[in-house]
Amino acid sequence: MPLFEEGLVSLSQKLHSKEIKASDLVDEAFTRIHDVDGDVQAFLTLNEEAAREEAKAIDENGSAEDAILSGMPIGIKDNMVTKGLKTTCASHILENYDPLYDATVVEKVKAQKAITIGKLNMDEFAMGSSTETSSFAITKNPWDLERVPGGSSGGSAAAVAAGEVLFALGTDTGGSIRQPSAFCGVVGMKPTYGRVSRYGLVAFASSLDQAGPITRTVEDNAYLLETISGLDRHDSTSADLAVPHYAAALTGDIKGLRVAVPKEYLGEGIDELVKANIRAAIKQLESLGAVVDEVSLPHSKYAVPAYYIIASSEASANLARFDGVRYGVRAETNDLIDMYNKSRSEGFGDEVKRRIMLGTFALSSGYYDAYYKKAQQVRTLIKQDFEKVFKDHDIIVGPTTPTTAFKIGENIDDPLTMYANDLLTIPVNLAGIPAISLPCGLADGLPVGLQMIGRPFGEETLYRAAHAYEQTAGFTLTPAKGAMNK
Amino acid sequence: MSNFETVIGLEVHVELKTKTKAFCGCANQFGAEPNTNTCPICLGHPGVLPILNHEAVDYAIKAALALNCEISRETKFDRKNYFYPDNPKAYQISQFDQPIGRNGYIEIELDGEKKRIGVHRLHLEEDAGKLNHLEDGSGSLVDFNRVGTPLIEIVSEADMRDPHEAYLYLEKLKAIMQYIDVSDVKMEEGSLRCDANISIRPFGQTTFGTKTELKNLNSFTFVEKGLAYEEKRQEKVLLSGGEVVQETRRYNDATKATTVMRGKEGSEDYRYFPEPDIIKLKIDQEWIDRIEAEIPELPDSRQKRYVEEFGLPEYDAMVLTQAKTMSDFFQDAVAEGADAKLVSNWLMGDVSAYLNSKYKTIDQVPMTAKGLAKLVQLIEKGTISSKIAKKVFKDLIEKGGDPEEIVKAKGLVQISDEGALREMLAPILEANKQSMIDYKNGKDRALGFLVGQVMKQTHGKANPKMVNKIILEEIDKL
Repeated sequence: MPLFEEGLVSLSQKLHSKEIKASDLVDEAFTRIHDVDGDVQAFLTLNEEAAREEAKAIDENGSAEDAILSGMPIGIKDNMVTKGLKTTCASHILENYDPLYDATVVEKVKAQKAITIGKLNMDEFAMGSSTETSSFAITKNPWDLERVPGGSSGGSAAAVAAGEVLFALGTDTGGSIRQPSAFCGVVGMKPTYGRVSRYGLVAFASSLDQAGPITRTVEDNAYLLETISGLDRHDSTSADLAVPHYAAALTGDIKGLRVAVPKEYLGEGIDELVKANIRAAIKQLESLGAVVDEVSLPHSKYAVPAYYIIASSEASANLARFDGVRYGVRAETNDLIDMYNKSRSEGFGDEVKRRIMLGTFALSSGYYDAYYKKAQQVRTLIKQDFEKVFKDHDIIVGPTTPTTAFKIGENIDDPLTMYANDLLTIPVNLAGIPAISLPCGLADGLPVGLQMIGRPFGEETLYRAAHAYEQTAGFTLTPAKGAMNK
Repeated sequence: MSNFETVIGLEVHVELKTKTKAFCGCANQFGAEPNTNTCPICLGHPGVLPILNHEAVDYAIKAALALNCEISRETKFDRKNYFYPDNPKAYQISQFDQPIGRNGYIEIELDGEKKRIGVHRLHLEEDAGKLNHLEDGSGSLVDFNRVGTPLIEIVSEADMRDPHEAYLYLEKLKAIMQYIDVSDVKMEEGSLRCDANISIRPFGQTTFGTKTELKNLNSFTFVEKGLAYEEKRQEKVLLSGGEVVQETRRYNDATKATTVMRGKEGSEDYRYFPEPDIIKLKIDQEWIDRIEAEIPELPDSRQKRYVEEFGLPEYDAMVLTQAKTMSDFFQDAVAEGADAKLVSNWLMGDVSAYLNSKYKTIDQVPMTAKGLAKLVQLIEKGTISSKIAKKVFKDLIEKGGDPEEIVKAKGLVQISDEGALREMLAPILEANKQSMIDYKNGKDRALGFLVGQVMKQTHGKANPKMVNKIILEEIDKL
């Protein structure tokens, strides 16, 4: 059995008792990458030399007992800056960019001596739901290489599912951790806005972006979130709240847990097989003692348009710095305006340009009130929808995505269908609350994601519920090695 | 007399002299090697976030209070979007609809009358970098040392009716910023910058005429000159049946004229929206009180006090309080026991003349307040004559030191001993007997000649009053 299937706690114990070596773990990562990444294409940049050296150092000096991540192979989404390790955001415009510093989340996993295996593919600047908008490669779903892994953290989810790393970091602006986790049959957490520092995440939509863990199990996820969370003096939107030991919440006991199921989440536009899996999962929760109620989130239908206005507006400003002046790719011309136009026209892909234009338009004088301001009002209503439900419920449960993984090329020319794929994940980002996606079965051989949504800073409750479900669901989702023909 | 009324409003940017930049830890320092005070944050690298410098907020509140503004209890920052190589994020963090200060005023004095010029708003924002265009036209270099340094923008109401009022407003604004010590306010270093809006309208009309905006105003004098030119130009346009075009114009001191920089079509849409990376800022009463307590006595109050307490003429009090350094120097000299009016005369006369000729301010010369006070006292006591005092002053202001020592070292003590003077005068008068006779015969000028001869031969050390007296006595004896 591959080591990575054992889970973090077991591997850490074995490493500490010298039953295994960090080099074994790093070997497994690179062997697996060598075997399958030609097909999966999860990685954009590998960090092999440094990773092997770090493993050697741990094997020689031993791992610290309090650093559970020590020696564990981790993959980093390519929109998190890594000092000295190329960070491209899967965009031509940054194809030569070497960051000057480490993102806070990267610093935190490094402090625990987790070993960075490489940088993972994504939709360009995290704009997309399929990893097809990457400038460099289309990552494949390990369950079916003809299908997308989801996005934008498609590389992160695929690498974990394909057993190339033990776990990975992703970012979630409108579902970019949860949707690929659902498509690839892994566990992904979008924490509360402010739980994890955004310093060093290349900003897409600043008021929505949040980094989080993508793992094989809920327990691994809890440990990784604990590591990356906390107040950061570099991010004034990071929360000044103590970080719980999330793994302690994994008691298996959810008796009396009040679960809300929004009728909108099992309504029109949701695939029947997905619905069936979710209903079964809800039954399972009930059998564990949860009390289930149907509720309504009446404004969720406005979430997608509101999101595309807010996120695109913020993105239009956030991506303006990629102008060819100080770093990144510059088109050589003799004229300043020409240089801007050419560098940006050649550097950005279609989807990124579409959103920059959309955001620029929405913020323009004369349109601001009708679009940006209105969208912010809708955002408040969506937040209030959740607040109402959370008055007498502990978590909200539903599917993560309306369908299972779709085929490569199926939606890429139809932005509206592509955007609608995020309708169940986006409201969570607009409300700034946490949500986890975990596998709950297969539909036609493809994983279905169960989404659990929590109160602000209610990650412990989510982990408790997700873990209880995971432990009793009665099936294990192993990466579909067959699909990779290796 | 023109049939038009002029309407002027000013936008002033003042660089705050905080220790570090507005949103990162880089030093806020003028004149460093290019691109040495930079970091990933102020260079706008991917992934960075701004952290608000609370010292900058303190300074902005202080400036707003000193300009009699109301302070916003809840304020926020916004992004102002535009592309330019000196603007690394391609947006400037500024404040759009919730400025820190609002509805203040500055009082100016015009022909002895006081006039309040409204301050519409005061907000905090970050400065841009600096472009240096290569002389051969092959390109431009960017220095990012200045990028991210905190600025306050102070927007006046359109309350000024004459270019000279704009000059006075700027003088007073500069003085206040100096007194509260939030900025160097040096136009030549760019720590104070000014744009001016001007329009004219027929007297009696309540709506404003079409305005033009003046830029490239590198001194307060240029502001006044540029506005005066623009006032006439607009009048000429209207009188010849034309229409004033809304545009930005540049003032050129070489030609003393303004020329078009860009038209209204070129005006940009900055697409302001709330800066999501900085949380809302709440300013409570405690914060305001703390800053209020730090504000020293301001020029208006000092001016009033100089008239009441020291009996200075209004004009002296106004001139002396314009710069805090000068005003402090004056107060220190008076505290040393020197006569206030005499100190004022020296400061407004010889001292100012010297400083102007050397382009220096009072704190940049070796002379101390104590030194000047002593000089004044030596004259009062009759130890030296006013004429000798001028010689001592030259030494004092250039090299500093104790005037008493200078007087002694140079042997400049006034000769007031009557016996000694009579002895010194005897041969001089003997040699100029004819002049004495001339005076007796009614030729008044002869006395001046005789005194002059004495002063010349005693190198100015003779007490002139006594010399006068002795000569008249000797003439009487003829």
